[in-house]
Amino acid sequence: MNDLDYLKLTGLSKLAYKCRQFFCGIPKKLAAFFLGIGRFLVKLVMGIGSEIKDVAATFANGDWKTKLSYLVMGFGSAARGQWGRGLLFFLFQTVFNVYMFMPNASFSGCYYLGKLSTLGTIETYREGRKTVYGDNSFFILLYGVLTIFFILAFIYTWRMNVKQNKLSEQILKSGKKLKSTKDDIKSLADEQFHKTLLALPTLGVTVFTILPIIFMILVAFTNFDATHQPPSKLFTWVGWDNFRQLLSSDSASYGNTFGQVLLWTLIWAFFATFLNYFLGMLVAIMINKKGIKLKKMWRTILVMTIAIPQFVSLLYVSKMFAADGLINTYLMKWGWIASPIPFWTDPVWARVTVIVINVWIGIPYLMLIATGILMNIPADLYESARIDGANAFQMYKKITLPYMLFVTGPYLLTSFTGNINNFNVIFLLSGGKPLSLELSGNAGYTDLLITWLYKMTVSDTNYKLAAVMGILVFLVCAVINLVVYNMIPSVKNEEDFQ
Amino acid sequence: MSKKNEVPEVDIVIDHEAGVIREVKQPGLRSKSGHERRVNGGIYTVLVIMSIIWLAPFVFLVFQSFRSYITESGGMVAYLLPKQWSLDNYIWLLTDEKSHFLQWYGNTLIIALFCAVIQTLMVLSVSYTLSRLRFKGRKLIMNVVLVLGMFPGFLTMITLYFLLKQLGLTQQGAIPGLILIYCASSGMGYYISKGFFDTIPKSLDESARIDGATRAQVFMKIIMPLAKPIVIYTILMAFMAPWGDYVFASYVAFGSEPNYNVAVGLYRWVNVNDYQGFFTRFCAGGVLVAVPITALFLALQKYYVEGVTGGAVKG
Repeated sequence: MNDLDYLKLTGLSKLAYKCRQFFCGIPKKLAAFFLGIGRFLVKLVMGIGSEIKDVAATFANGDWKTKLSYLVMGFGSAARGQWGRGLLFFLFQTVFNVYMFMPNASFSGCYYLGKLSTLGTIETYREGRKTVYGDNSFFILLYGVLTIFFILAFIYTWRMNVKQNKLSEQILKSGKKLKSTKDDIKSLADEQFHKTLLALPTLGVTVFTILPIIFMILVAFTNFDATHQPPSKLFTWVGWDNFRQLLSSDSASYGNTFGQVLLWTLIWAFFATFLNYFLGMLVAIMINKKGIKLKKMWRTILVMTIAIPQFVSLLYVSKMFAADGLINTYLMKWGWIASPIPFWTDPVWARVTVIVINVWIGIPYLMLIATGILMNIPADLYESARIDGANAFQMYKKITLPYMLFVTGPYLLTSFTGNINNFNVIFLLSGGKPLSLELSGNAGYTDLLITWLYKMTVSDTNYKLAAVMGILVFLVCAVINLVVYNMIPSVKNEEDFQ
Repeated sequence: MSKKNEVPEVDIVIDHEAGVIREVKQPGLRSKSGHERRVNGGIYTVLVIMSIIWLAPFVFLVFQSFRSYITESGGMVAYLLPKQWSLDNYIWLLTDEKSHFLQWYGNTLIIALFCAVIQTLMVLSVSYTLSRLRFKGRKLIMNVVLVLGMFPGFLTMITLYFLLKQLGLTQQGAIPGLILIYCASSGMGYYISKGFFDTIPKSLDESARIDGATRAQVFMKIIMPLAKPIVIYTILMAFMAPWGDYVFASYVAFGSEPNYNVAVGLYRWVNVNDYQGFFTRFCAGGVLVAVPITALFLALQKYYVEGVTGGAVKG
């Protein structure tokens, strides 16, 4: 099919055509993906090979300063006058050595590394009244990962150290001068400014995001739960058991519940995203309509739900909808209902209620965003449409909507994944309730994956399953992102509104 | 178009104040017809109803905060207006020795102030670097942050808890601990301000560089003064977030009541055990938290709108 044929299709068959194209393209894309991985691995091996070759060559050709630097990092730099760099290298090496081979053996990196394969073998036991602590699996795993990080960083720094020596030698041989420490410091405010700015954030993210994430991914392969809690108990590697427990559907597993919670999570994310999107846009259009007065006041009133901390507003609203809350008591007082509406105790009611209350929270955001975008739509479009005799709805369908979708496509995507992880609304409103015997693992009918994960962590201390769930949430988000991102460019091309 | 000669009576989505649109002159046809008036009337009705729905819970909250827990009831009751207006709840919150409210308030304020400063510095450094400077590994950093962002935040909660515990920053040390956690990874939220920096013309940097300014000087003296809206937006967001955080705060401060933040303390009043009698105190506490935050937000609303719309458009 060529471009002309495509343009002749109607809207629906265009979509069908695109979907077909997408799914037909999957095998090809998968093949390309694995080919890419293969190429990457080959490149990696080749790269390491050439690095080693270079290290050997530098050693062979280098002078004694360079050679000594292989053992004492930074020596070459310091000996050639760059004492600042030399000192940093040396300090790093010292810290690394102290950490790895500390005299008190039970705290050194080597100790943790050695125990990593078993996560500890010595049980904690009681000797009369005293508790004698054995291995602590948690710290073995945590510091084991940290040690691996450290070793990788060391290898990288050591390689830099070697490169540095080679470079310095070349520069000196060609008769130029090396940069002094003063120059180095100056360059941190100039050529190397990015290093200055990124140093702290990178450190923070590495220690407080990357390290914990890798740790938790590893926990998914252990039996770390309420019955295996350090320091009194050990936990150990169990392979894919936890994934099996969460996903398989026999009675002792969580498979059925997981399926239901995942389905509800996706339904929730769909409504929370698109309902808010369209209603928010509608409200923005109404407020911005010519002739409507007090625009600023309407906006400010709606924005109140953003301004007031959610734990105040949502907790209060959840109490309003409770069986003995304001809404039920007043409806009963007026004689509209005989018994309280089960807002939080009936599964369907609870699900509808959270979605509706989320509209209350969500419309103002979309209203603000839509207002900004609507103002940017070229006025001529509407003018010419009006001259052609288009009515309000037609203009909306042919101009406003395509323009909004075109501009906010990426936003819709992030907001969809954001809603999958929308913890606050569910947690503060329903807390995941109502619970049910039909759902295992303490899950309730309004629980999203993320609130279920929270329950597993906090009330059940079932860390292993929480970790598996975290990985699965990641996979869901990643797949949605990949799929939709692949589609967005094609969507964009279509949205050529003249 | 089929309805060729029909007169369009409703024009939509055009902001009059912004002046984006020139008036379309269609004399005689533009006069307010009955239809137009009916449409506007409908819109006003919808807006008024919406305003009521949007404001009602907050008005109720205020009403109930004035119901005395001594002479009436501190729990949930079947009527809205207090029979007798009283300040008992507020007095209890602020003066009773069993109430930790002022302490919680102070804790949260300290956390919020530190976060506002540190997070803003972090976010600005990262976003400026990724937007304006070109260096090896820039794309890699952005991709890594994208992938990391897809992991749910609570996944790492226990790890962070034990990391903090190692540093002695839980329970008694919960406040510095929370500041550390909130700030450490804040650099990952750089998208919106990067989007802003992207819109500042590159030629500004270049001409300053030609005049001999270092990159640090360009950042401090040229870009920063231009970035005032996004700086205020970032400060506002960083300052507001700690007021609403229940999850991490309750986990890190677990069991140490003097170290709660307001969200944890008030949440426990409403939801844990037998705290029903504390409902009106929760309302009063909620009012005391919400009023200054809301006032601040409304005062800086302009910057918030700029940030949010910019962020959505950039994606």
